[in-house]
Amino acid sequence: MAELLKVGIADYKTGKAPSKIISYGLGSCIGITLYDKIAKIGGLVHIMLPDSTQARATENPAKFANTGIPLLLKEVLALGAIKSRLVAKLAGGSQMFKFAGASDIMSIGLRNAELAKKTLTECNIKIVGEDLGGTYGRTVEIDLETGLYKIKTINKGEKII
Amino acid sequence: MLNLSAMQLDAIREIGNVGAGNSATALSQLINKKIDMDVPSVSVVPLADVPELVGGPDTMVAGIFLRVYGKAPGSVLFLMPKESAFYLVEHLLGEPKNSDGELDEMDQSALMEIGNILAGAYLNALSYYTKLTLLPSIPAMAVDMAGAILNVVIVQLGQMGDHALVIETQFLSEDDGINGHFFLIPDSGSLQTILNAVGVK
Repeated sequence: MAELLKVGIADYKTGKAPSKIISYGLGSCIGITLYDKIAKIGGLVHIMLPDSTQARATENPAKFANTGIPLLLKEVLALGAIKSRLVAKLAGGSQMFKFAGASDIMSIGLRNAELAKKTLTECNIKIVGEDLGGTYGRTVEIDLETGLYKIKTINKGEKII
Repeated sequence: MLNLSAMQLDAIREIGNVGAGNSATALSQLINKKIDMDVPSVSVVPLADVPELVGGPDTMVAGIFLRVYGKAPGSVLFLMPKESAFYLVEHLLGEPKNSDGELDEMDQSALMEIGNILAGAYLNALSYYTKLTLLPSIPAMAVDMAGAILNVVIVQLGQMGDHALVIETQFLSEDDGINGHFFLIPDSGSLQTILNAVGVK
């Protein structure tokens, strides 16, 4: 059965082909996918903050890049994916509002992207596609049949990585 | 997770009511139309559910965002459907807009000014009521997916916890041209400051 699995903010889902996993309306958040194309198993985590060590509320690991990625990795491996075959794609990390003298919080998308990539590298997972930055929102969807990652925007069209 | 008593919820709702009433009056004067507003809803919602309040995370909206500085910092967000944004621009600038088009710089600047006025009116009422000095930042604006815009607010709250206290008021103009949602989202700790200021334990 082809299912459409929905991922909320600070949330993750894993699955097998022919299912798809979607997450709506990412701003500064990042949707990171892991995919094994032989087993056709993958997952998507929607992180909102870079670093759990700098936050006060850390009970939900899917909220942070540095804890969400290892969590997703563990879950796709538990589903039968093979670590050496896993590849990662990332999308999101935009800056929705531009302020004069942008504060720390306004560049959160950038920091999310940096730490997500660093964490993937530390986990020895190859990044094969990314669509990061900008000033617009994205809806992301991975097709677990093909591993293609579709990125929809309102004014910037659609993109597949 | 936040636990509020019935009395505290009432006090917060009343604060939202006073603030939003002031904003609605300001908006009504700006466009010379009657504006109705709902009784504010006060809810503590999981962060992930916040986008659902405005029709789902990929609904297209115009959002005007301000930070609130002072003794009780927080965020103010005014969200409206794209059509309402065009309606407002038309009535303010006096020229018809094609709603398939884009908002140009002039339009966006006009909308930000509206956000400024509405937030100012809201915060004035809140300041008066609580005797706390509250100042709005310069507004910022975006026309995009509701989820992406709400991200900005949610991220700030997310550093503190997994739930957001949302004081929401819906506006509706007499000819249904405008339908907007006004959110006041106190930073963690600010709510206690506000409740203390109005003497509700």
